[in-house]
Amino acid sequence: MRSITAAKRKRRRHIRLWAVLVWLCVWQIASLCIGKEFLLVAPWRVVVRLWELGGTGDFWISIAWSLLRIGGGFLLGAAAGIFLAALSARFRRVEELLAPAMLAIKTIPVASFIILALIWFSSRNLSVLISFLMVLPVIYTNVLGGIRAADPQLLEMARVFRIPPLRRFRYIYTAQVLPFFRSGCTIALGLCWKSGIAAEVIGMPDGSIGEKLQQAKIYLATPDLFAWTAVIVCVSLAFEKGFLVLLGRLIQRVERM
Amino acid sequence: MEPIRVEHLCKSFDGKPVLRDFSAVFPAGKVSALMAPSGFGKTTLLRILMGLELPDSGKITGLFGKKQSAVFQEDRLCRNLDAAANIRLVCPGLRREEALRAMESVGLAGCAGQPVRELSGGMCRRVAILRALLAESDVLFLDEPFKGLDAETKQTVMQDTKTRCAGKTVLLVTHSREEAQAMGAVQVLAMAKLAAAPGRQA
Repeated sequence: MRSITAAKRKRRRHIRLWAVLVWLCVWQIASLCIGKEFLLVAPWRVVVRLWELGGTGDFWISIAWSLLRIGGGFLLGAAAGIFLAALSARFRRVEELLAPAMLAIKTIPVASFIILALIWFSSRNLSVLISFLMVLPVIYTNVLGGIRAADPQLLEMARVFRIPPLRRFRYIYTAQVLPFFRSGCTIALGLCWKSGIAAEVIGMPDGSIGEKLQQAKIYLATPDLFAWTAVIVCVSLAFEKGFLVLLGRLIQRVERM
Repeated sequence: MEPIRVEHLCKSFDGKPVLRDFSAVFPAGKVSALMAPSGFGKTTLLRILMGLELPDSGKITGLFGKKQSAVFQEDRLCRNLDAAANIRLVCPGLRREEALRAMESVGLAGCAGQPVRELSGGMCRRVAILRALLAESDVLFLDEPFKGLDAETKQTVMQDTKTRCAGKTVLLVTHSREEAQAMGAVQVLAMAKLAAAPGRQA
């Protein structure tokens, strides 16, 4: 069973690699056909530029700066989402009160939030607020759905045996809500990176990835633009994978008896 | 310890009566068996006594402040936890070694560390029974506890259950008179007649 699954996974990875190679070829051919680097840079030039940027301290500081703020916004949004979902599950009035606010956050364009936030606050921590706002409704909705979907038979069992609330949360709710939370995190992580970088591009806080992207636009430095975009994709994926692995370990530790 | 008294209990779902004017006394510290065909309200009665359903009318005394434990018709185990952890979930003071020893007595040695999702139906049933027996309780509700067990295992588990239930008030729902006898039931209530006969006292 294990070997069949492993073989399937390996095959899927091969297909992915093959597809990536085809698209890289398409990109290379397209850039050769256009023949103007500032319109479409060749993939190998992006790799070279990335190598050059990697040798500078500024490159790593920018990544750390953006990672700290966007990651921080994500963690704050996730914590607030869990807390508010737990409150809403317990008190109907809280859910009713939060429903319009969550709907507003979900439907208002992120650009409106960014501009409003720039009017109200400085641009320095803008990406924290924006990624927080993007993450909050996703985690809130998913966790609330998970709590509502918790097995009523297990909850009845807990009631009859008078299992204290903390133990109920630790051993019953955690496992029931986890799949919902995990899928919420996967969506929210992608969202917070996209919106966080967008906020940095508009707000241009010093030393952020967004600032570098904006500078690349101003100076028509297309290799820089592509190189920084590749960095965003890699950092976002690494953050997502790292977070989900840490979450899994944390849950194992919490559920250990 | 006072007995559990149920007086003139009525319960209906969507206008369909399930319990009608049911009265009974369950002596303290003894095993009482409830027998009836399916759909005559045995589980509903247990759910009301466990506080999981509210009766439409009637009175229950003798349960206030008493610790309860139960074997439900379903196993109701946490699939993410192993067998021993499921037992210790309801018995915070129980050490893992004690849980393992108890598991050995019902033929569950060696599977304590396995997540319950990997256990067979019969094994899960034994874990659910042991959980109820090891939980600190004054009153035990057993809703068809031995279903799904093979004859040999059933004998072992029934013997273990009887021993561990000594001194507790036990309400056993069963379809088998032999099970009731093996558990040492002091009374066997045929619920079909009671539910259908208004005002009758057991």
